[in-house]
Amino acid sequence: MTPLLKVQNIAKFYGGRIGCTDVSFDLYPGEVMGIVGESGSGKSTLLNCLAGHLAPDRGEVLFETRSEGMKDTVTMSEPERRMLSRTDWAFVHQHARDGLRMNVSAGGNVGERLMAVGARHYGDIRDQAIDWLGRVEINESRVDDRPTQFSGGMQQRLQIARNLVTGPRLVFMDEPTGGLDVSVQARLLDLLRGLVREMGLSAIIVTHDLAVVRLLADRLMVMKDGHVVETGLTDQVLDDPQHAYTQLLVSSVLQV
Amino acid sequence: MSDYNFAYLDEQTKRMIRRAILKGLAIPGYQVPFASREMPMPYGWGTGGVQVSAATLTPDDTMKVIDQGADDTTNAVSIRKFFEKTAGVATTEETAEASVIQTRHRIPEEPLREDQILVYQVPIPEPLRFLEPSEVETRKMHSLEEYGLMHVKLYEDISRHGAIATSYAYPVKVEGRYVMDPSPIPKFDNPKMEMAAIQLFGAGREQRIYAVPPYTQVVSLDFDDYPFEATKADAACDLCGAEDSYLDEVIMDDAGGRMFVCSDTDYCCSRRKAGFVGAKGTAFEEDAA
Repeated sequence: MTPLLKVQNIAKFYGGRIGCTDVSFDLYPGEVMGIVGESGSGKSTLLNCLAGHLAPDRGEVLFETRSEGMKDTVTMSEPERRMLSRTDWAFVHQHARDGLRMNVSAGGNVGERLMAVGARHYGDIRDQAIDWLGRVEINESRVDDRPTQFSGGMQQRLQIARNLVTGPRLVFMDEPTGGLDVSVQARLLDLLRGLVREMGLSAIIVTHDLAVVRLLADRLMVMKDGHVVETGLTDQVLDDPQHAYTQLLVSSVLQV
Repeated sequence: MSDYNFAYLDEQTKRMIRRAILKGLAIPGYQVPFASREMPMPYGWGTGGVQVSAATLTPDDTMKVIDQGADDTTNAVSIRKFFEKTAGVATTEETAEASVIQTRHRIPEEPLREDQILVYQVPIPEPLRFLEPSEVETRKMHSLEEYGLMHVKLYEDISRHGAIATSYAYPVKVEGRYVMDPSPIPKFDNPKMEMAAIQLFGAGREQRIYAVPPYTQVVSLDFDDYPFEATKADAACDLCGAEDSYLDEVIMDDAGGRMFVCSDTDYCCSRRKAGFVGAKGTAFEEDAA
């Protein structure tokens, strides 16, 4: 089985400071990878490098493209990369307002990616938008409402629908449950887990919430000060942390 | 003559504008940045169109200026006088007589010829502006031909109004490449843009010039199941009876009285001279006001 994404020695520096460095891993189809670490550990920098939002200073990000096989997304042309990011990739932002067009209706938000890849039939676009709103548990009657009229949890679900409508193979998520209250978080996680299984998605989830990765991720990578300090199966890392920092991280979780 | 350099602008400026015009013609629909000058009129009154006209005019030209189709409104009269004074060119109100026509938001009803130039005044040249506020991003979208967002606007129209409600400044795709704002002409005029004359667009405040060469393909964006329609008021001109021209609705009194008249005054006038009379019109008299 060939990996979907192959990351080799990625490094990003902000002047003299390290953003992240020496990160390498493979991600296989259908696999969910969690990246945890405290604020400033470089996990968001890494995610943005992988998703093409930031240009890494070193290293390769090889993606298994549909037409040309393994291809380095760092050196590919910008049109190709942008095409990937609206077809095979999806990016779920922590703040839904960053990932949504707040002055465009929910249907328009979901339909944008379809129109961006050439859909030109209003009825079809609308049907697909309504179908996807249903899948993320947003009532069909809200299709013409703007995201500004939605609750935080609904906005986040809408953002997910908008990203998944073109059937991507790889989803990048940056703190997808950040800022939501726990019951809404639980529903969102449940939904995400269902979608990931159902669509066979691969995903990379950046979070500081260990409960999120426990539920969603197959594999875990722990980052500190720009370096990966520990990797392994999620349960293994969380139940038997080896690195001192991981031990601190796991023991810092409040037990209710 | 006057103490102005021909057509107000100095020769270097006119050359700079002509270079932008030529580049625009070479890349139909592409917005060419240019060093827009201060003109003796406020932004929004046609400073872009005036600069393009000034760079286009020669002493032998005959100029016509229209504002929403009319030759006799403030904007049209002022700009016509401006060029009479600074360029000393002949002016006319007849579409067929003119070699350069500066227009604000209309295309004349009478088809234009190959030896004519139509200059549009453009307030906002960027069709994606209200969807994407960043100029850096919109330029990238143009260069990568990422125009999905334009259809999001049309989608929103249909979902809110049941039809594409955009009735002016209706986005077009030029020669299968650039999406262009046709300036706020009514969408009734969009099909006329595939014409024999050269079309130049000037946006003074935004410092952009773009162009559509003769016989260039201009397609109005739409959906397969909601095709583009060139709409006009469902009536005939009350003065000249024309059924094929774009109409203005004029409120006549406080009791709801109204009449529809051609927005193209020259077209209406020439029809009335030829003996056509509309429902509320009277026969044309030469000395009528």
